[in-house]
Amino acid sequence: MKSKIRKIVTFVEETHSEMGQHVHPPTRRAAAAAVVENPFAGKYEADLTELTEIGEELGTLLTERAVAALGIPGPSAESYGKAAAVGENGELEHAAAILHPKLGTPVRKVLGKGAALIPSSKKRGGPGVSLDIPLGHKDAAFVRSHFDGMEIRVNDAPRANEILVAIAVTDSGRPLPRVGGLTKDQIKGEDGLR
Amino acid sequence: MPEVQLRKRVIVVEEVFHEGGPVAATPLRRAAALAVIHNPFAGRYAEEIAGFMEDLKPLGLEMARALVVALGGSAKIVEGYGKGAIVGQAGELEHGALWHVPGGYAMRELLGGAKAIVPSTKKVGGPGTRLDVPITHINASYVRSHFDSMEVGIADAPRADEIVLALVMTTGPRVHARVGGLKAAEIKGEDGLR
Repeated sequence: MKSKIRKIVTFVEETHSEMGQHVHPPTRRAAAAAVVENPFAGKYEADLTELTEIGEELGTLLTERAVAALGIPGPSAESYGKAAAVGENGELEHAAAILHPKLGTPVRKVLGKGAALIPSSKKRGGPGVSLDIPLGHKDAAFVRSHFDGMEIRVNDAPRANEILVAIAVTDSGRPLPRVGGLTKDQIKGEDGLR
Repeated sequence: MPEVQLRKRVIVVEEVFHEGGPVAATPLRRAAALAVIHNPFAGRYAEEIAGFMEDLKPLGLEMARALVVALGGSAKIVEGYGKGAIVGQAGELEHGALWHVPGGYAMRELLGGAKAIVPSTKKVGGPGTRLDVPITHINASYVRSHFDSMEVGIADAPRADEIVLALVMTTGPRVHARVGGLKAAEIKGEDGLR
């Protein structure tokens, strides 16, 4: 592996009730996060290929972990998202190199499809910084019930020379969706949007 | 006594490969099970609260079981444990103390009569409050390599009338433990201390 991983953390959240209303089945989200060494910490590097390759590895690893944490087959996942936090000796572009060029393909391979753009966020920060991973339906970005987000943090990461990379997967949308818009049973799933 | 009303459950698993030193042959795993429940005593002073401890026992067992599953399914690999509670602002610290008996009971029950006291911490706080749950060896509190902790928290909990309950288990010593003291191999296992 290109990635030098210090730590992997998985999170599973189940919501059983919201505002006194029973949520059945509970909505569930999982995130898997890896803390990796940033090979370009502390210096400017024009060629970020090494990070794009790390992103490709993590796309498979973290998606498999997240799906396993939910205990579902990949194709049963409904929404997804990705995010990265770069330690203080790195630059935002390092997060971009991990997240954007090559991470998506293996994510989609694990999940069976994934016609929609994988929503993402990135930031620079210190240990314990929170990541709000945006979530959207994996086959149709406009499914309004699945616009969501999941906050995660790892108290000792990212250190200055590390990057925290996370992928979130759900088997459901928000607990009590009722603001209209495209619903998941109306998905055509051709253009990734509707 | 009121029945336990569950809003949300969270499972977090950390897998630590190294912390700047040699990569561990077996990575250290820490897992936390969190439950967000309604605080039946929020907003008022109630003298009689102790009966709620009994009501919490089934939830405690369920959380302990979920932790063992998250760590691979066998109670035999569990070497450290801890517990904690975060009480929402309409409650009092004493409500968090209700977790001592059911939380400890649940883990001992599952781990086959672990001898050491379960270390614990608690506080009153708002949504997103973080708690450093202390961890010690399950059979001998003085095992120095297993003094550890795990930071936990949930972005949207506890609300004012909620309590976040936490159980934590680990599978081994700190990843680069090397400050001497009593070793796990030297445990007598009679008094829960050494």
